[in-house]
Amino acid sequence: MDFNPTDLLHILPIIIVTVTALAILILEITIKRAEPVVFAFSLIGLIAAGVSAISLYPQSGTAFNEMVSIGGFASFFHVAFIVVTILTFLISRQYIERMGIYHSEYYAIILFSLVGMMLIASSLDLLMLFIGIELMSLSFYILAGFMRTRLTSNESALKYFLLGAFATGFLVYGIALVYGASGTTNLASIAEQIDQLFTSTLFWMGVAMLTMGFSFKIAAVPFHMWAPDVYEGAPTTVTAFMSTAGKAAAFAGFLIVVMFSFAGGTEKLQDLFAILAVASMVVGNVIAISQHNLKRMLAYSSIAHAGYMLIGFAAASELGMSGVMFYIVAYGFMNIGAFGVLSMTEYGENKNLTFDEFKGLATRKPFVAALMAIFMFSLSGIPPFAGFFGKYYIFLAAIQEGYTWLAIVGVLASVIGVYYYIRVIIYMYFYDGDVTLEAEPSYIGMTALVLAAFAVLQMGIFPSTVLRLTVGLF
Amino acid sequence: MTFEEAFVYILAAGAIVSALLVITRRNPINSVIYLVLNFFFLAALYLTLKAQFIAIIQILVYAGAIMVLFMFVIMLLNLGDEKQLRDRVTWKQMVAIGLSLAFVMQVIYIVGFGETDGMDAISAKAAEIGTVEYIGKELFSHYVLPIEAISVLIVLAVVGAIVLAKRKLD
Repeated sequence: MDFNPTDLLHILPIIIVTVTALAILILEITIKRAEPVVFAFSLIGLIAAGVSAISLYPQSGTAFNEMVSIGGFASFFHVAFIVVTILTFLISRQYIERMGIYHSEYYAIILFSLVGMMLIASSLDLLMLFIGIELMSLSFYILAGFMRTRLTSNESALKYFLLGAFATGFLVYGIALVYGASGTTNLASIAEQIDQLFTSTLFWMGVAMLTMGFSFKIAAVPFHMWAPDVYEGAPTTVTAFMSTAGKAAAFAGFLIVVMFSFAGGTEKLQDLFAILAVASMVVGNVIAISQHNLKRMLAYSSIAHAGYMLIGFAAASELGMSGVMFYIVAYGFMNIGAFGVLSMTEYGENKNLTFDEFKGLATRKPFVAALMAIFMFSLSGIPPFAGFFGKYYIFLAAIQEGYTWLAIVGVLASVIGVYYYIRVIIYMYFYDGDVTLEAEPSYIGMTALVLAAFAVLQMGIFPSTVLRLTVGLF
Repeated sequence: MTFEEAFVYILAAGAIVSALLVITRRNPINSVIYLVLNFFFLAALYLTLKAQFIAIIQILVYAGAIMVLFMFVIMLLNLGDEKQLRDRVTWKQMVAIGLSLAFVMQVIYIVGFGETDGMDAISAKAAEIGTVEYIGKELFSHYVLPIEAISVLIVLAVVGAIVLAKRKLD
């Protein structure tokens, strides 16, 4: 029960990020022309947090009276979130300057949401999980409305806030019912009495509510309606962050609850995940075909990708879980790359984001176009890119667990996906166009894209480098 | 049915009726007043669970501070009666309403009649848990990390409110 000072060391990455975020707020009011200082300082903080998270990976155990777990699963996701945040900062710098929305709070709020995500990934208690999710979601509501003078941004923030608050209600009610059935909020204690709980209808009601809440956060059909409008209206770099790190965090929380605490959730829950997966893949991929705006297309594609990841939940095996974790990281890199390219082409109010304006990008900006092509190939799941192995492991897990039909639906859905991803490449390489980029892409932004592309290739050619980190974490 | 049980049911019925009145009133001021009433019923329900501290806080913070703020905002905005937005219900809404009703019935059945037969007696520990000392001690020993996380959340909320609402940022 007593406070143990070594616990502080065990959550060091979270503390570093929190302190960095608070320090940024103070730096802004104490220094003139704080922008370069704030930017450099936040990167240093992130790298320090990343290093400490990596060094905690081999450890295991709990801290703060079993509120959070240490090492392994938590550290894996901590590092993933931190890397994605660094990439987001790199692509953001020029973008927020160009769009006239530079305020140092932008970086601070992203760091606060990173704190929330890290708490989600390390939570061992439903209370901790909930606070983490709220910290992350609140940051997203604010970030979505960060372009205060743009109507679509306001709409995006308000829509996200209202629907998100509603989904939170389901989540909390679910937590309350699970607590009512089990008498504890500690996920490890729930795991101990799970066989007994499976016979309780009260528990299942809670699980149903929890599933609804999480399905909203990961944007799975039929809880996806918010995603396209929010993703389109929010500043592009924010969308990049929400759709990668945000989705990864929601999946991390979902994995802890379902795989660790509910032991996969028996066939009842597995079948439910299979249905959600099919609905997400089909609806996401089919509607994405008819989109003209690339940002909207990627929003629908992110719904479809949530569907692929849910296949891993339906399989509910060790490989399924590893597959989901691999996929989350791979998806993070390729999606942040794709949105990074969009943030470079965009100018004015959501302009330069349609297919027509991507015509002939390859002749004008061959390097940017080549990177975009890599991300698109990877998103569509073509080897040797990371997206292929993500899908491969998940489908393999599904077949091993007897969900062959689900794997077949997944493959067919991917084929539909290939159509609209490759279409981007065709527009860039096989058409002539005259739309030029308003500003030269900055070196910092290009660095982020190159790093993301490198990671996509690395994970596609040597998938075991990441996959072996995902094994045997619980 | 003991006297205690009857008391709980009366309070619960009061809470539900006042909650229904909140969402059916046309005039927002009336809604707010019914919401305050609802909070009082809830506070009384907390008392039956021997959670004195939470009951008092419910009245002080929610019924007292927050609802007064609500009232001020509504009066400052000078809102009149809510206008009817739509007079025809589309089939989509019908499906949604049907599904929602089915879901609510399920919840009521499971939570209300599923497994609990009557109410369990409140354990002796519950009375101790309800005190301020106990809650304070728990919050800053067992739940110290969640409390700190919530403080980060509140900082974020303040920063966010300023970012979104300040007239001129520089």
